[in-house]
Amino acid sequence: MNEILTAIIAKYNYWSFLILLLIGLHAMISKNNLVKKVIGMSIFQSAIILFYVSIGYKKGATIPITEHGHGHANEVVHQTAAEMVAGFANPLPHVLMLTAIVVGVGTLGVALALVQKIHRVYGTIEEDEILEKIKE
Amino acid sequence: MIKEQLPILILAVPLLASFAITLFARKSKIAAFALLVGAMGMSFVFAIGVMRQILDTGRVIHYHIGNWQPPFGIELVIDHLNAMVLVLVSGAAFLTAIYSKNTVPAEVPYRFPGEEVPERVPNYYTLYALLVTGLLGIVATGDAFNMFVLLEISALSSYALLALGGGRAYFATFKYLIVGTIGACFYLLGVGYLYIKTGSLNMPDLKVILTSPALAESPTVMIAFMLIITGIWIKMAFFPLHGWLPNAYTYASTTTSCLVAPLMTKVSVYMMIRLMFSVFSAHYIFDRLGWQNGVVWLAAAAILFGSISALGQTNLKRMLCYIIVAEVGYMVGGVWLANADGLIGATYHILSDAMMTLCLFMAVGAVIYKTGDASLYAMRGIFRKMPVTSVVFVIGALAMIGIPPTCGFFSKWYLVSGAIEARHWGFAVALLISSLINAVIFFRIIEIGYFPLFDEQEGEGGHHAHDRAVIAEAPFSMLLPMVLTALSLIAIGLYSNEIITGLVGRTIPAGLL
Amino acid sequence: MATLPFPEAAPLLAILVSIAAIPLIVLSGSKPNLREFWTFLAGFIKLGLVLSMAGYILAGNTYTYELCKVLPGLSLKLTVDGFGMLFALVASTLWIVTSMYSIGYMRGLDEHAQTRYYSFFALALSATIGVAFSGNLLTMYLFYELLSLSTYPLVTHHQDQEARTGGRKYLTYLLSTSIGLALPAMLVTYALAGTLDFNVHGIFPAETAKSTLVILLIMFLYGFAKAGIMPFHSWLPGAMVAPTPVSALLHAVAVVKVGVFSIGRILTGIFGIDLLSTASLNVIVCVIAGFTVIVSSLIALSQDNLKRRLAFSTVGQLSYIILGIGLASQLGVIGGMSHIAMHAFGKITLFFCAGAIFVATGKKYISEMKGIGRRMPFTMAAFFVGALSVIGLPPGGGLITKLQMASGAMQADLLFVLVIYLVSSLLNAAYFFPIVYNAFFCTEEEAMFDKKVAEAPMLCVLPPVITAAISVGLFFFPGLFVDFARLMVTGL
Repeated sequence: MNEILTAIIAKYNYWSFLILLLIGLHAMISKNNLVKKVIGMSIFQSAIILFYVSIGYKKGATIPITEHGHGHANEVVHQTAAEMVAGFANPLPHVLMLTAIVVGVGTLGVALALVQKIHRVYGTIEEDEILEKIKE
Repeated sequence: MIKEQLPILILAVPLLASFAITLFARKSKIAAFALLVGAMGMSFVFAIGVMRQILDTGRVIHYHIGNWQPPFGIELVIDHLNAMVLVLVSGAAFLTAIYSKNTVPAEVPYRFPGEEVPERVPNYYTLYALLVTGLLGIVATGDAFNMFVLLEISALSSYALLALGGGRAYFATFKYLIVGTIGACFYLLGVGYLYIKTGSLNMPDLKVILTSPALAESPTVMIAFMLIITGIWIKMAFFPLHGWLPNAYTYASTTTSCLVAPLMTKVSVYMMIRLMFSVFSAHYIFDRLGWQNGVVWLAAAAILFGSISALGQTNLKRMLCYIIVAEVGYMVGGVWLANADGLIGATYHILSDAMMTLCLFMAVGAVIYKTGDASLYAMRGIFRKMPVTSVVFVIGALAMIGIPPTCGFFSKWYLVSGAIEARHWGFAVALLISSLINAVIFFRIIEIGYFPLFDEQEGEGGHHAHDRAVIAEAPFSMLLPMVLTALSLIAIGLYSNEIITGLVGRTIPAGLL
Repeated sequence: MATLPFPEAAPLLAILVSIAAIPLIVLSGSKPNLREFWTFLAGFIKLGLVLSMAGYILAGNTYTYELCKVLPGLSLKLTVDGFGMLFALVASTLWIVTSMYSIGYMRGLDEHAQTRYYSFFALALSATIGVAFSGNLLTMYLFYELLSLSTYPLVTHHQDQEARTGGRKYLTYLLSTSIGLALPAMLVTYALAGTLDFNVHGIFPAETAKSTLVILLIMFLYGFAKAGIMPFHSWLPGAMVAPTPVSALLHAVAVVKVGVFSIGRILTGIFGIDLLSTASLNVIVCVIAGFTVIVSSLIALSQDNLKRRLAFSTVGQLSYIILGIGLASQLGVIGGMSHIAMHAFGKITLFFCAGAIFVATGKKYISEMKGIGRRMPFTMAAFFVGALSVIGLPPGGGLITKLQMASGAMQADLLFVLVIYLVSSLLNAAYFFPIVYNAFFCTEEEAMFDKKVAEAPMLCVLPPVITAAISVGLFFFPGLFVDFARLMVTGL
């Protein structure tokens, strides 16, 4: 029991991302209100973004900006590349997520625009009511 | 000099065109149309240029964007396989662009009663150019994360385009958006897992790293593969994940379905092939995981389900949509047969099926444009009134059924050969049954088009009766791309050997030969 | 290669010439005489091209012309040999005669959409010649399908409810069998043999299991449903809704003979005669075909509609030919192949006569034709000669080939086939002679027609007389076709 608990705690970032992911998925699939679906979608996307961000994180690391990077090249010669890198959080996943956030915002915007149009056509954003109106 | 820059130009031209249309042609339909056709045409020419380059040198082109070296920089990797798909995507987009001259102004400014809206046609063309950019990017890129971004660019613009159909299209597109986002996120998640294990996103680099035996054992890599493949299957509407497709494509406007229906699913199939063999390997997937038997059975089910559902439809577009579901089964099954013939068949089918679908959607679109009716009975007496359109439709239908010398016959030939080689009789039988069902579906329509009988039966109930008398052939801007597409079906068939030995066959991974 | 007595692309040209005529036919649609001129011009050029190759083939050569390579080890190619030549000659000769007849018939009845009719007729002929000159199974399949599709508008020419039902049946049978049976059989054959080129010694590797061969044989036999082997025959009577010239050329000659020709090709070129007899596959063919021969003849007896009776007679005769080739003995093969020609001339005469009766009197049923010989003596005389040839009595060409097939049965040591031949010939006589007898020899009060001679238009009567004359001619000079067939078994 203890081991399992330790395992969960050790990887708590993955577990929290997983829980968020499932909440989002659940909302997307089973919510009746279209806006709630869209919120679910946003949670779902954010969960993945959190996941990426957390895999780039290292304990005690700092942002990858080189001190004295310019004009002081001689001073950093004695520090090897590996040593430098060890002190930084991995920037790549974070940068990737900038793009993913943009994509997410775009999707959100289109989704909300669609919900608005649906509301104008059917006068409702409850899925079951829309389906009923389509059947008529 | 320009020769070296061709790969990026294929993508840059449509992208710049989408900006140019918004910036300079916001008020003028004609200028927007000219810009779009010009850009698509240029992109098509560049794609052919790249293909020629590859055929001449036989070497894979690596283009480093901004001269950043991989694995840190982003690169475009173009080999025989995606050179072909690039030509296909840009060519189909070019033809559809010409086709759109009359249909877009007629269909796009969908408005609610009493609503005044500004000119929307140029906006439509902006989205069109963006969608094509996204598709071309997916095909050209050599970077797994970039593929996600481009996938979403094309998906977002396709949501907007599909929703422009108005009415029921909004709700259908919303569903597609939700499902599509799930698919894309699965893919992204899978790529994330791969990144954890390998620290790379560059496909050639990933492939090298993943060959290490330690990673082949890793459950993380397996989960990554599962997530990626499931994400792509959702995007390509592979049975049983196809539910979103028929509605989304049926209610779209004519041009949108002509553009989206042939290309989106086919590009997803390309993605699957690319990721399966250029990131993972045939050895890993077929020997280590060994799911092929199950997947091929699923593909057989997809084929049967799609074909049988298509049989029951009375809406022309919806019928074609279900045929797409079946055709996706053809290609997925072919790839997972795990032998060279199957993969050749599937890859060649990307080309032939895209053109067949395009041909049929164009012909059906012309009929809908002229009759204003999308049901099977829109075809009544069409053979006499729209002879060219009918011939195009018949050629497309024959290709779908798989009558030689159209391309549909040869892809089916390879797929069935692959099934025989793999001793997978279920898949072979499913392919043949689907051919037969296609024959029934299309001859039923041809019969409706050929016999004037239904005119009399309908009598006073015919709500379209008054305007049927004036139905004439579609305008030239629609006929030209239609006829070219129909001819290409025969040309692709007759040159199948060249296409397969020159392009398709060159990219068969070693493990399958 | 030594200089050829004909242009290099002659086989291709012979196929394309009628396709090339289609635009001309369509363009001159408003001028019927010019339009028909194009049909005839194409017909004569086609016949000329075919004839130009005849001498070369008769000298024992075969000629191959490769079009393009479509699959590894498999190309679209045309091969002219004895069997193909025989069939091409029959088809191109009869196209001219039928075109002549079409003019009389179509104008006599003032049919609609004649331009479409002549266009698709030309297309169908291209496909027929294409089958005749196919060098491998793939090419043959291509033209076979083209023929099915191009004849659909001809079968459904009247565009009424009946035509729709008939046409639907027609395509259902032909396409479902060719896609469902012939195509997979072809794929399996390709997987086993690595080629589909016809070869007189067969193409299957020696170690192929017999059970596989039996399955393939059955799939091929039923897969080419144009040959009308029961139970895939019922499209043929259904397709009789077509105008009579169509029934005549397509359902007595082109379409059904393409089916028989294809099966003949597969038996001799894919399986090979040696394999058929050593593995006793010929017994299977004979049982399947023999059953059809007897049953269809019995059905024909009970038909009152003249065209339907002829249709069932055709079903029987087709299997007769397959039976001959399927015996896999030299004489059987020669007889079977040349019976294609004999039966073609005989049966087309009968169809022409049926059409002429319909044009002149509007009668379709045999029970309405008592005493018709008094009104249409030439037509009925031609009918009599045609019937003699089909039954196999002198002076009809059918006798020669039927005798050959019967000797073939003895050669192959399959005596039950001999019985089938005898019984079916008796049945043939039983369903043809009453028609002729009632036409001429009925009492005054039974007769339904006046004594006054009132024939159909000239262009409807001349063709059956010509084909009847050729039938008789073939009795005296059977070598014309038999020699070609003989080429196919020499050297075995």
